[in-house]
Amino acid sequence: MKLRTLTLGLLSASALAFAAHAESITIATVNNGDMVRMQKLTDDFTKANPDITLNWVTLEENVLRERVTTDIATKGGQYDVMTIGTYEVPIWAKQSWLLPLDKLGDDYDAKDIIPAIAGGLSVDGKLYAAPFYGESSFVMYRKDLMDKAGLKMPDAPTWDFIKQAADKMTDRANGVNGVCLRGKAGWGENMAFLTAMSNSFGARWFDENWKPQFDQPEWKKTLQFYVDLMKADGPEGASSNGFNENLALFQQGKCGMWIDATVAASFVSDPKNSTVADKVGYALAPDNGLGKRGNWLWAWSLAIPAGTQKADAAEKFVSWATSKHYAELVASKEGWANVPPGTRSSLYANADYQKAAPFAKMTLDSINAADPTHPTVKPVPYVGVQFVAIPEFQGLGTTVGQLFSAALAGQSSVDDALKQAQDAATAAMTEGGYIK
Amino acid sequence: MARSVTTQHKTIATAAAWIVALLIFFPILYTIITSFKSEQEAIQGFSMIPSGTMESYAEVQAQSGYFKFFLNSVLLSVGSTILALLVAIPAAWSMAFSPTKRTKDILMWMLSTKMMPAVAVLFPIYLIFRDAGLLDSRIGLMIMLMLINLPIVVWMLYTYFREIPGEILEAARMDGASLWNEIVYVLTPMAVPGIASTMLLNIILAWNEAFWTIRLTTTEAAPLTAFISSFSSPQGLFWAKLSAASTLAIAPILIMGWFSQKQLVRGLTFGAVK
Repeated sequence: MKLRTLTLGLLSASALAFAAHAESITIATVNNGDMVRMQKLTDDFTKANPDITLNWVTLEENVLRERVTTDIATKGGQYDVMTIGTYEVPIWAKQSWLLPLDKLGDDYDAKDIIPAIAGGLSVDGKLYAAPFYGESSFVMYRKDLMDKAGLKMPDAPTWDFIKQAADKMTDRANGVNGVCLRGKAGWGENMAFLTAMSNSFGARWFDENWKPQFDQPEWKKTLQFYVDLMKADGPEGASSNGFNENLALFQQGKCGMWIDATVAASFVSDPKNSTVADKVGYALAPDNGLGKRGNWLWAWSLAIPAGTQKADAAEKFVSWATSKHYAELVASKEGWANVPPGTRSSLYANADYQKAAPFAKMTLDSINAADPTHPTVKPVPYVGVQFVAIPEFQGLGTTVGQLFSAALAGQSSVDDALKQAQDAATAAMTEGGYIK
Repeated sequence: MARSVTTQHKTIATAAAWIVALLIFFPILYTIITSFKSEQEAIQGFSMIPSGTMESYAEVQAQSGYFKFFLNSVLLSVGSTILALLVAIPAAWSMAFSPTKRTKDILMWMLSTKMMPAVAVLFPIYLIFRDAGLLDSRIGLMIMLMLINLPIVVWMLYTYFREIPGEILEAARMDGASLWNEIVYVLTPMAVPGIASTMLLNIILAWNEAFWTIRLTTTEAAPLTAFISSFSSPQGLFWAKLSAASTLAIAPILIMGWFSQKQLVRGLTFGAVK
């Protein structure tokens, strides 16, 4: 009895000592399929690092953004690893809110990260966030409907071709809309699409002196084309549709074409959830022959806030989650098609991945076609393809998004929406001190 | 003739009440139905007949661990309600039985704090919590929820206490009851129905509070509001899972509300008709 008590005591003491030694890191993330999968696979990390335990905080995207901003601005220290996007990284890194990732390990192979993605996550040559998955945008289309329309989708279509194809594919009697595009207001919703689209029409948010450009003909052409296209060939109530709504429509066979995130390819080609899985083709985002395509660049990435007390453990985790080893781990457990896309060049050279993901080449080509440092036809003073990497953009982008969404819903004219956008942008830039 | 008109009115009123009740309850009902569908069924248009699969519940439990969040919700709502009552009973007592010229102003001022948008004080509150070491702590959140709901609790108790004749308290004083004894042994037992209604309402309000409970917690103190939030996805259709998470989050408070509805209705309409 005494021996048992003693043994139990010793075991408890050693467990306590281990618990005291173990370091616990808190990771803030969003509820995306790839992120959820990572949470399920963390045993692999904790086995290799028994002294580190992981706590997950999963939040809705906008709440996550607000929470991590509050925490990082007040140095609350609630998180050791944050999931952030290419919009936040340059702004936060410049404010010294993030730690540079310079201890990712010898076998990490940072040079393997796709250059366009690495560029969006670096400031002054230093990587401040490691990409977990990256995306651009492209055209997903129904091959059967395209055949029925007697057309062939080129690998790199123009906007005129998209309009022509949408007109022919629209079949209201059978509930088929020629094209589905984002209309829901928000800087990360309709404005992500419209900003990227405007780049291909030669438009820009600001000139070199930060003067808003919504009063220029390029923006008028962009918005008019978008509104006309959606009115003629878009779904009903399109001004309320974001990524998820359009995904549902496409999966149910109600869209001839959908121009959105490349990551959607894995959803629409999944026979478990998509009724059109075997009928989907892919093409680059459209252009107008001006040298820029209407595709964006985004990467959900893992960054370490400067206020953390557990930087080493956090960086070990970031290194594991964004490594080649993690890609192989996902492939071994769930197949190559489920490996987080858009981050490493080596993945696209992998024959198994190419076989499992028919959209792989088009995804890589789309990512490579985006240049966040030179996003527009005319010169601009900012970086970012579908956003402007300044703190004011979240608020301003959403305001302009509401105006454009109202134009799509028919609540205002294109001219009125552009005039109000110009006024709002001028006021925001003046208040922010960009316009003297 | 008069009787048939009255019966007709009653029938119309009953039918109208049922229609309104069904309209109000329908989103909850559809959420529950959707939780028993597969993800593919969930996006395939309107249907009131689910396949009855439990896979969303299994995945929700496997992904997030419901019971930790549930326990936090129970502790936070009950704890904050007890704290609120401890503060509000003496406050309402003094305002009901020893009013001053400014009592009405104070009551109005307390209520006016509810009209302020919460986000306006997010940063100051966050900094106070950070400096006091209360971020992601149950105690901190109990205090926060108590403060948020205190104006309503004081108002409700004040209304109930005003219905109690002051002479009874005077009689107790004549018999030598101390202030403590007066509140605990005379006032409180007489106001039990009102206090119970206030408690129930406060528990529901605290259970449903989503602004602060999501923003001041991370892992240890996160309640069911954070649990639901974690199933909202920007890229991916997880409506069945989100519905299952919502059903799990609202079920306890819905059941509690169902069993205590008489008490709640009585409390909410108390003093409304004089």
